[in-house]
Amino acid sequence: MSSILPWILLLAPLCSAACITLFALRWKALSSFISIMAVLLSFICSCLVFARADISAPQFGWIDVAGALKVPFGLTQDQLSKMMLVLVSGVGAVIHIYSLGYMRDDEGKSRYFGALSLFMFAMLGIVVANNFVMLFMFWELVGFTSYVLIGHWFYRDAAAAAAKKAFITTRIGDFGFMIGILMLWMATGSIVFAEITPRMSMLTSHPTFLTVVALLIFCGAVGKSAQFPLHVWLPDAMEGPTPISALIHAATMVAAGVYMLVRVAFVIQTSQTALLVIAWIGTITAVLAALIATQQNDIKRILAYSTLSQLGYMVMAVGLASNDASMFHLFTHAFFKALLFLAAGSVIVMLHHEQNIWKMGGLSQKLPITFVTFVAGALALIGCPPFSGFFSKDAILALAYQRNVPIFAVGLFTAFLTAFYVIRLLVIVFFGKPRSEVARESRESPAVMTGPLIVLALLATLGGFAFFARRFLALPIEKEVAVFVPAVAIVALILGSGLAIVLYRNRASEPLDLQLLRHKFYFDEFYRWLIYWTQELLAGVFAFFDRWIIDAGAVSGSGRGTLGIGALLRLIQIGNLQAYLFLFGLGIVALIYFAVFH
Amino acid sequence: MVGLITAIIFIPLLGALAVCTWPQRNCRPIALMFNAISAACALGLWRNFDPTATGLQLVERHDWIPVIGAEYLVGVDGLSLLLVLLTSLIIPFAFLAQRMDRGFCATMLVMQSALYGTFTAQNFVLWFLFYEMSLVPAFLLIKIWGGENRDRAATKFFLYTFLGSVAMLLSFLGIYFAKGTFDFSALADLGKNGLLTGKLAWIAFAGIFLGLAVKVPLFPFHTWLPDAYQSAPTGVSMVLTGVLSKMGVYGFVRLLLPLFPKEIKIIGPWLLALAVCSIVFAPLAAWAQRDLKRMVAYLSINHLGYCMLGLFAVAAPPVVAARIDTHAALSGVFMQIFNHGITAATLFYFIGLLEQRRGRRGIDDFGGLMQQTPLLCGWMSVAMFSSLGLPGLNGFIGEFLIFKGSFAIAASFTAIAVIGLLVTAIAFARAMQSLFSGPLTGNCGAFPDLLRSEKLIIVPMILLMFAIGITPQFMLNIFNTTVAQMARLFA
Repeated sequence: MSSILPWILLLAPLCSAACITLFALRWKALSSFISIMAVLLSFICSCLVFARADISAPQFGWIDVAGALKVPFGLTQDQLSKMMLVLVSGVGAVIHIYSLGYMRDDEGKSRYFGALSLFMFAMLGIVVANNFVMLFMFWELVGFTSYVLIGHWFYRDAAAAAAKKAFITTRIGDFGFMIGILMLWMATGSIVFAEITPRMSMLTSHPTFLTVVALLIFCGAVGKSAQFPLHVWLPDAMEGPTPISALIHAATMVAAGVYMLVRVAFVIQTSQTALLVIAWIGTITAVLAALIATQQNDIKRILAYSTLSQLGYMVMAVGLASNDASMFHLFTHAFFKALLFLAAGSVIVMLHHEQNIWKMGGLSQKLPITFVTFVAGALALIGCPPFSGFFSKDAILALAYQRNVPIFAVGLFTAFLTAFYVIRLLVIVFFGKPRSEVARESRESPAVMTGPLIVLALLATLGGFAFFARRFLALPIEKEVAVFVPAVAIVALILGSGLAIVLYRNRASEPLDLQLLRHKFYFDEFYRWLIYWTQELLAGVFAFFDRWIIDAGAVSGSGRGTLGIGALLRLIQIGNLQAYLFLFGLGIVALIYFAVFH
Repeated sequence: MVGLITAIIFIPLLGALAVCTWPQRNCRPIALMFNAISAACALGLWRNFDPTATGLQLVERHDWIPVIGAEYLVGVDGLSLLLVLLTSLIIPFAFLAQRMDRGFCATMLVMQSALYGTFTAQNFVLWFLFYEMSLVPAFLLIKIWGGENRDRAATKFFLYTFLGSVAMLLSFLGIYFAKGTFDFSALADLGKNGLLTGKLAWIAFAGIFLGLAVKVPLFPFHTWLPDAYQSAPTGVSMVLTGVLSKMGVYGFVRLLLPLFPKEIKIIGPWLLALAVCSIVFAPLAAWAQRDLKRMVAYLSINHLGYCMLGLFAVAAPPVVAARIDTHAALSGVFMQIFNHGITAATLFYFIGLLEQRRGRRGIDDFGGLMQQTPLLCGWMSVAMFSSLGLPGLNGFIGEFLIFKGSFAIAASFTAIAVIGLLVTAIAFARAMQSLFSGPLTGNCGAFPDLLRSEKLIIVPMILLMFAIGITPQFMLNIFNTTVAQMARLFA
């Protein structure tokens, strides 16, 4: 019985997705019911799996090529994956329920819930995969479901473009990931994590190879976790419905990159160079995203950039060779960021899909529950004690302080920026006077939406305390720096918040005008130019080459030549069968002569 | 069950005769009936095929023209069986895809017979007869029933492939005069020690290579393909890409690689480079196309490029290849042959549906179709995602195995080839965006969604894609033993 549980939790969402796509597309209520039941079943099974130590890890052969190449399909059942199972299915369940309210009147509700179930299947698959091929397959599937869900409102050009952008950008990273997997497979002869781990010692004499492999595998995480320079897709992905932003583009899928890095830490940590690169990529992403977030006006985009920034922290922790710190932040971030997005979604729905923060204002009285829960999430995000984010971010900063002081300095500056832009958001949206008609007339969301907010708010508040978090994961151990680092972090927090309050209190419009930040460092423009150049020039040149050089020159040229020869040959078309046979025979003789005697 | 293969080959020919004698309006049902019979025979072949036995099975051997060593010799191994099954699947699919008159039906049936023959003949003369026999119907189908520019496209197709065939025939005559046999397995045995020597070997190699490279097609011999696929009617495009293009790959596996191991090893890197060019440049060209059929045609070149990459990596390994990698690459190539057959044919089918509804098939002639025809878009996206290699669908299995195998053998070439995967994804994502999403284009407002009859045709194909993607082992079992045998041959 116990060995069936992991399969049930994995396959329940898949069955739900299949049932909805095949039979229930017309019945919206039924679709949402099936989907929610499936995710609840997954959640219950996950909890059971988590609670029991004796769950075996079943495995069977999936591909067997002539006895030589075998790809198994098995499930990992260690502490890390069990924790992630509970987290993913738990947050997933909350967001499924919230979606009932958010997507109440949507035309494509069935499609939405079908895709959501498929996403749950793929994401749980990443978590339990016990080998690289499975991991890669679910990895791609997650990208696919993200594509479908970002493009849920496909009739909007922006949504379709964002979906395409997300799919292709993450795929760029995936191909690096794939090559990395192939290299490791070639070197160790296995793809199963448990089998590769002991064999890594064979490779220590090839440090360059290991660095390359580690960095290629990291490419996958750069795409999926939206790290610099492939971060551009995540803010655009906010075109999708808000629950999707919360589930996929904040709490789970984007964190999959970090989870993957932790899962394959046995590879990553063999190369100091790779670790350094990873740490700096994380740091750059963190500070870059925080800088951009200070000048955005769309509530979801601000949260998206804060997600980028927090993912940067997690990747930084991976690069500093601390899986515990990284997973701890992933754990707390999942709660408070899902909460922030859902609270933002509550605001957006009640304001009739208005997302510009300068059209909001004074919402603290109109949407009290949303306001309180949003504040809890915001305080957790900026790392205010005793909210959960404080503990996990502090752990990463302490780690950076011990291992790499420049990274610590940048991380601290990022913490200051985070406090600044989050408090800015809070002040503009919830305080002051309403700046538009919709903001004046808004009211609180229904219980099916506020309920999940309250659950997540509790988790975001308590999630960081050791007595709670330690049940789920190993917490990083801090030594003598324990006093200095949090003190500095709290100073940065107070400075950032204070500055934001001073600047934005009772403002009707943006007092600062920083074009570079507003235009997100011109990354999109640069990439657009690059793609334009590639497409127009390279593809165009190739098509031209194909059509005019190879085709017109060589082929049609020879075609014309043939016609000329044909005209000559027409002279010997005498229409006499015997003559043809004679010529044919002559030809054969000549051929034999040349073939044999020359 | 001796005689089964002969039955499979000649039933479509009988069908062609029957179609010609029956009244015009019944031609398609009759053709389909004969298709059903030959498909049933193909399934019988699969049942009688022992997947664990090495060598040819169900062999039928009769003297034909003893003087020139021509025998009627047919038999199947895993690869032949795979291709027979593929043919039995794609041709009825193509018959169902469009309206056709009597001549069209009869010509298609002749082509089907030729295809079965090509994939089962084990003697060069017989093989070549069937090989050419498929060329003429294809030419006629494009020339008579084709669309815009059909004359030019048909002539180009014919000239190209026919020139290649002549070169191949001459090479084989040379080989015959030197060795005195046309039997494939005998030639393969001789090939191990070098079939021919000196300049003659290179001339013969070049001739056969040219013939097959045109057929596949391999860059830079591919330019007939976009024109031919574009001008051909839907059903013919489906057969051209689904089955005819596999004749080239099959020829490489059956003829060129076993017969000229030394020559291939010498110019191996160049061949790999050509395969990589096919893989990288073709999707770039596809990206620049506005015509959907042309786009899919270029992507076909890319998909067959993966097959060539795997084959050349196995046959001309730059480093000593491990058994596991050879097996992976070869299995991947065989999977890819089958997968590309069904996926590309399905894509052409869908483009045919769009063209029927809109009267045009430019990428910009559509927009927002998802609102109007959700089922058509949904199923068509499945085929597109299969083609770009999404796990869970069939395309991924073949491509992944090829990459696994050839990366270990020819790392740098394979690493460059990965760009092809990316650009393919870009080309499809762009097509999906401009066809399916955005606001509904005015002209697309009156489209009907998939009709019941269309659903019945398309759903089995899509289910097959899922089946292979999720449980590929039943396909791998068909040719596992053959792969092992060939791996030994190339080692």
